[in-house]
Amino acid sequence: MSAQSDVERLAAENAALQTRIQALTKENSRLKAPQTSPPLPDPSPLTAFTQVESLNNPEIARYSRQLLLPEVGVQGQLSLRNASVLVVGAGGLGSPCILYLAAMGVGKIGVIDHDTVEISNLQRQVIHSESRAGLSKARSARLAVHELNSDCHCIAYDLVFDYTVALSVAAEYDVVVDATDNVPTRYLVNDTCVLLGKPLVSASALKLDGQLTVYNYAGGPCYRCLFPVPPPPETVTNCSDGGVLGVVPGILGTLQALEVVKILTGVKAKEAPTLLLFSAFSSPTFRSIKIRGKQAHCAVCGTQPTITELQDYVAFCGSQPTDGPVHLNLLPAGDRITCADYHTLRQTGQPHLLVDVREPVQYDICRLPGSLHVPWRDFAQRVPDILAAREAVSHQPIYIICRLGNDSQEAVLHLRERGVVDAKDIVGGLLEWHQSVDPTFPAY
Amino acid sequence: MASPAPATPAPTPLKVNLEFSGGMELLFNNTKNYTIEIPATTSEHTPTLLRHLIFWIRDNLLKEKPELFISADTVRPGILVLINDTDWELEGELEYQIQNNDTVVFISTLHGG
Ligand SMILES: [Zn+2]
Repeated sequence: MSAQSDVERLAAENAALQTRIQALTKENSRLKAPQTSPPLPDPSPLTAFTQVESLNNPEIARYSRQLLLPEVGVQGQLSLRNASVLVVGAGGLGSPCILYLAAMGVGKIGVIDHDTVEISNLQRQVIHSESRAGLSKARSARLAVHELNSDCHCIAYDLVFDYTVALSVAAEYDVVVDATDNVPTRYLVNDTCVLLGKPLVSASALKLDGQLTVYNYAGGPCYRCLFPVPPPPETVTNCSDGGVLGVVPGILGTLQALEVVKILTGVKAKEAPTLLLFSAFSSPTFRSIKIRGKQAHCAVCGTQPTITELQDYVAFCGSQPTDGPVHLNLLPAGDRITCADYHTLRQTGQPHLLVDVREPVQYDICRLPGSLHVPWRDFAQRVPDILAAREAVSHQPIYIICRLGNDSQEAVLHLRERGVVDAKDIVGGLLEWHQSVDPTFPAY
Repeated sequence: MASPAPATPAPTPLKVNLEFSGGMELLFNNTKNYTIEIPATTSEHTPTLLRHLIFWIRDNLLKEKPELFISADTVRPGILVLINDTDWELEGELEYQIQNNDTVVFISTLHGG
């Protein structure tokens, strides 16, 4: 058997074991969860959701502050009470949106999310709690809704919102809220709403910025009218890479709940379509932009649509329906070194140059001793610095590390192009270092 | 006696406020706001349009990775262009004629949540 096929076999074995580890870790946290969580409710309420002709006395007392507003009044409150809203995603946007919809008296709320609650979510996903870590986000959200307003008919869908379930789930609701975190799901939610004729309240948030638009409503555009072609995957930054200030999705999700109220009470239909831009540290903080109406040539909502059923959104967008880390494979195995092998190399004191290419904010969080810091963004200009530092260790090999092992591969490729052949990247980066070498090294 | 016709003076350059946001600023030295001056007419003596502004930006402000800004002679998918706080689609897109003191915003759409 050739060395090449050996390597391939081992790589396949490694991948299978990694998957198994992930499954076991997930199972482990699931098993741990019930000790601290209240017992799981049935995911679907026992009674069916029914609409009513008038508000009862407890409802009149509970919603009196809203009933006093002429813009809402009894008719508006009754519209909320008889309405059903599907929130796709119980994350940073979905958290406040679901809570406010329940608090304000929306009769039926569906929550669909396949993720589980993690402690690192809680900085922004305020509907969940430490005690519900490991629990499905959809069920955790349902527990929170039930605590806040036990009259709300809340249905938790512990499912991936994909083309197999999208139409049948969304068909049960009057309005859909896009509180997702990735490109393919945004196109899927849009097409679902257009095919079903449902208004879509869409928002997004990243770092300090947010955007909000109502699509497919009252002659306004759909998401595809504005963005017929998905962005190249390499231009998309997700919250786990770019970061996000907790309150930013909170503000946008709260505004989504407001837009839902405006749709249900009928005032939204009179407004021209707008895109609301939010930028936390800029002035002005909010800007409202007048946007195009429904486009006659739109592929899904136009006069001659070419999309008449849901399609393969992962292929269309070239990216996965997740905001989790992406693991690129840009280099042959020979140009890479595992964390374990690099650890051995450090322990045996082999001379080398370690280059850390993360952003300065990340380098401030944690770093391996003795590394040269050259952020990937400045890398091209600073190659001479790297070569000079390497001369100081008598022309020894270069190892490049980053957070996840993607930029480090780009950096090795860049050095190859500039004639430096003895550089390797450290597979999986510092997150892998935390997992397989040093559990005391911070993970973020 | 009539004086000879003066040579046509070069038109005054147009002042344009540019703004990059939603992550676009990373392509432009992490700077969100620029005030630039651009000729009011092209070398063919036609008015300067938004399409010319985009190429001017590529040639004068963009340091690297032009493909993250321009593709197929327009801005790449996922960038929304706003002219004076209005979607450029309502203003003629690439054919919009730049006016003095216009504010043109290039905003990358966000997907996180
Ligand atoms: Zn459309």
